[in-house]
Amino acid sequence: MTAVWVSIGIVAVINFAIKASGPVLLGGRELPDELLRVIALLAPAILTALVVVDTLSDDHHLKVDAQTVGVAVAGATMAARVPLLAAVGLGAATAAVLRVIH
Amino acid sequence: MTRDDSFRDGIRIGIGFALPGFVLAVSFGVLARDLGWGVVAPIVASIIVFSGSAQFAIANVLGAGGSAAAAIVAAVLVNARFAPMSVALASALKGGRVRRALEAQLNVDASWAIANRGDGPFDRELMIGSTLPQLVAWVGGTVVGVFAGDAIGDPDRLGLDVIFPAFFLWLLIEELRRGRQQVQAAAIAGAVALLLIPFTPPGVPIVASCVGALVALRGRSSR
Repeated sequence: MTAVWVSIGIVAVINFAIKASGPVLLGGRELPDELLRVIALLAPAILTALVVVDTLSDDHHLKVDAQTVGVAVAGATMAARVPLLAAVGLGAATAAVLRVIH
Repeated sequence: MTRDDSFRDGIRIGIGFALPGFVLAVSFGVLARDLGWGVVAPIVASIIVFSGSAQFAIANVLGAGGSAAAAIVAAVLVNARFAPMSVALASALKGGRVRRALEAQLNVDASWAIANRGDGPFDRELMIGSTLPQLVAWVGGTVVGVFAGDAIGDPDRLGLDVIFPAFFLWLLIEELRRGRQQVQAAAIAGAVALLLIPFTPPGVPIVASCVGALVALRGRSSR
């Protein structure tokens, strides 16, 4: 139990520091244009990595499973400009059906 | 858009992310309780860590018999992406150091991406608005998982594990519609993440994917 509390406490403190680092160290000062342009492209980069890690990996292994297919179906439906919640629902239903069949 | 409008918009979008967050928090509560964390520790973790990826990292390492040190390293690596993300957010926050540090804690993945308006500073009100429902759902879901996890069964059976990445994918598609540089940054980021997943600790592929932003930008300025 000690390990649990130590881990939670220390991670909370470090996490606080990481999240505060940019706003505290940089303050509200204007950033150079070049940096602003990099920052504008961070969102598509990080979002892609989050999706890839969430849907195509299981720890260190690459995988394709019902969840992967469900997310792909949701994505294709969204790209076709179907409303968000309908697309997400269709993706979840796809994964659920695949798991029943399998 | 006025600040109030931004804040309300944020809350509305945040409610969409609150549902998958709630489901994920329930599964964290169940996992932590099954690992023998008791009732209080998982709930405290969701309040003071408030990060799914870090909390699952701790649970997974300790659950596999790892030390506290290993759990801390894993969780910090997984959340290292918040360093560059916090730099991006810096000029949007207000007030003195203490207030900025506190507001910066409301930076979570979905809200950060929502608050990114492309060029110019992030939208502070949009970020704060969208985090609030997610915070309520995260802590609430953990409480439900800890106390009533058995009654719920396996959420994956219903395909609920699709919801979170699908919402991220929606944010990504919005980004990709902004222009070609965004598409390049995403393509490189995805390739880097795929290449690194088998070889690096979890979290590293996400941090390394930031290189996609640099390369996409360089490609443009050299043309």
